[in-house]
Amino acid sequence: MSEFALLALQGVSVALPAWADRERAVSDVSIELQRNEILCVVGESGSGKSVLARSIMGLLPAPHVRVTGGRVVFDGENLLEAAPERMRALRGARIAMIFQEPMTALNPLMTIGRQIDEMVEIHLALTRQQRHERIVALLEEVRLDDPQRIMRAYPHELSGGQRQRAMIAMALILEPAILIADEPTTALDVTTQAQILALIKELQRKHQTGVLFITHDFGVVAEIADRVAVMQHGVLVEHGAAAQVLNRPQHQYTRSLIGAVPALAPRQRRETGDSPVLLEARGVTKSFGSGASWFSRSDHRVHAVKAVDLAVRRGQTLGLVGESGSGKSTLARCIIRLIEPDAGSVRLGEVDLSLLSRRQLRPHRKHIQMVFQDPFGSLNPRLTVVQLIAQGPITHGVPRSEALAIARDLLQLVRLDPAAADRFPHEFSGGQRQRIGIARALALKPDVLVADEPVSALDVSVQAQVLQLLADIRDRLQLTMLFITHDLRVAAQVCDEIAVMRYGEIVEFGPTVDVFADPQHAYTRELLAAVPGRNWIPPQLQR
Amino acid sequence: MPQSFWRRFVRNRPAVFGLAFLVFVVLLSLGAPLLFPGDPFSIVGKTFLPPFADYLFGTDSLGRDIAAGIAHGGRTSLMVGLVATFFAVSVGTLLGALAGFYRGWIDDALMRFTEFFQTIPTFLFAIVLVAIMTPSRGSIILAISVISWPPIARLVRGEFMAMREREFVQAAVCLGMTDLAIIFRQILPNVLSPIIVAGSLMVATAILIEAALAFLGLGDANAMSWGFMIGAGRSFLRDAWWLCAIPGIAILLTVLSINLLGEGINDALNPRLRTL
Repeated sequence: MSEFALLALQGVSVALPAWADRERAVSDVSIELQRNEILCVVGESGSGKSVLARSIMGLLPAPHVRVTGGRVVFDGENLLEAAPERMRALRGARIAMIFQEPMTALNPLMTIGRQIDEMVEIHLALTRQQRHERIVALLEEVRLDDPQRIMRAYPHELSGGQRQRAMIAMALILEPAILIADEPTTALDVTTQAQILALIKELQRKHQTGVLFITHDFGVVAEIADRVAVMQHGVLVEHGAAAQVLNRPQHQYTRSLIGAVPALAPRQRRETGDSPVLLEARGVTKSFGSGASWFSRSDHRVHAVKAVDLAVRRGQTLGLVGESGSGKSTLARCIIRLIEPDAGSVRLGEVDLSLLSRRQLRPHRKHIQMVFQDPFGSLNPRLTVVQLIAQGPITHGVPRSEALAIARDLLQLVRLDPAAADRFPHEFSGGQRQRIGIARALALKPDVLVADEPVSALDVSVQAQVLQLLADIRDRLQLTMLFITHDLRVAAQVCDEIAVMRYGEIVEFGPTVDVFADPQHAYTRELLAAVPGRNWIPPQLQR
Repeated sequence: MPQSFWRRFVRNRPAVFGLAFLVFVVLLSLGAPLLFPGDPFSIVGKTFLPPFADYLFGTDSLGRDIAAGIAHGGRTSLMVGLVATFFAVSVGTLLGALAGFYRGWIDDALMRFTEFFQTIPTFLFAIVLVAIMTPSRGSIILAISVISWPPIARLVRGEFMAMREREFVQAAVCLGMTDLAIIFRQILPNVLSPIIVAGSLMVATAILIEAALAFLGLGDANAMSWGFMIGAGRSFLRDAWWLCAIPGIAILLTVLSINLLGEGINDALNPRLRTL
């Protein structure tokens, strides 16, 4: 143990309540944070990385989750034994924290200025004028335009990126020695994420802060980490300098995690010859919200999709890429007619789906199926796995016994244990549920599969498996796919062609290789430049 | 998960008491013709005999056996409560499901219709309905059903609106299921627990309304009922308290145990709502 560590965790263990799936959230973790460095703690969900961060701050949900051993030494003082009053004095002033979702971390009923001011007021003896100047200076430093306006704004009046900047300003206002950041960019879009990461790095260098950065994303790690600590099931399995861990990982688990990170190298377009266009959308338009009515003159309509044209050839996979609010999910739902488009037509092969009524559409639905994002919400909790998969064929008139047999075969295709058939969805992990969702979509032998962010709720190692499965199935069954994602790494791996969406329009469309090699639209270039860790090429590892 | 439901349920002592007492009342009511054969309106002895003397609960102002009245009256109370709740829950669930699933003008029309019933003071409405239709077991059940279904419709509508946005429902649409199949086979099983809880509590309310109607003389003249017994005994409250007190206690305990049971079912169905 070096004497100069800013923060030293020595054998910290945190116990979980009796009903949890394991005994300890964190087992005997020892690690040091130095002055002026960014230490990234990486791990998949449930690895104990957030609990570790909260134990430093004394923010564990006592009495169920509590520290059972070890020391957290800061300035020669063991924080685990510090009195609540002492911790209150340290929190914010010496050790600050920023969270994943700034909307829930900020008080919705107070202006940003007042919330930051409150912090200063509690900890420092300054006049109102001095406090004000200090806050304005810091808001400028975190690159919030028009600090006076931001100070008067309520959290809901700011964008996600602005809120996170305000949170960072709030965390840094007292010049803490340590900043703990718990997945601070996970809820943000990729271009905003890039800006926030750059900001954190810049401020950290400027103020010589020690940053403990919790994340699940190796791209983010490559972007900002000086040192990396990898956690698995509450155990620290590997730590070292960033370049060392990222390029020459030693531990088996680190190797498997890094091996699962999709490379940012686009796949070659599979030659399917000049296969005919199977799915075609023309002029699809959809807006939400209320227009002018009896009671309000003003028009509050949001134009989610604006006259979009799209064509997918048989056997190809088209990636629909964009940030949140770009209209990509709405477009997909218009195509599959989960929502009724305001205008435009969708053709599937010879059939113009948009001319059919809901009732007439029903028999055609089996040709185009969907895989959903949320592995927890997309399966009916009251049905067993085999019933879930068989319900599609049964709906379309396949005899029950035959449908159940199809369902059992599909379980094998998506590599689930046949014994899983009679269990309920809640007994499965996220990745397994996503496999069930895929099997349900495949049970109708569709021509087109629409996948709406099918892997974005999954951990990176599970994500790689599900992507692999989707690719295998696509090739084996000659599926045409519309693949919606916000993640360019995933898109690069899966898609033959890419359509980049922004503000309800497709701004760029072309083969993935071309779009990656020579993006035409400024927004595409911005997106590509924002991919975290784009300069890091994950090493080829034998898994 | 029926085993875990049952395990959570039996851990709740008041709920188990409620269930036990309710089973006792049901057995008593079903066994009334055997335990107290003959007409509960028939005169068996002297008037105003106190309880625990010749007769278990004594006799009333005309010399009728109060214990027989309690047993036979329980049949009326439970029957009215259960049947009225059944109709109210059925109608409320159906209308709420349609409104919540289809939204739009169907929702508007059904909810305005529901509000029409909700704006009339419920008990007065029940009195008017029974008075118009002439008091009988059927008219009482109908009146209670008519005033009871709107809250159920509101509840079910809210649940359906939330469920409709869930991805598994959208998946069912993609699979090409008919709307009816989605409503009854996909969504309804997932909203059954709040319906069961609301329904079980509604039985208690229905029993109270029936008793109140009978107390006011709007009960079925041919059927013994707890409310009728209280109404008939109220003039003698100071001289012969047991005429009112015994049927009153019967109502109190029955309604209490149904409420405890309903709460117990609620807690057992929604374990996450309880603090750990």
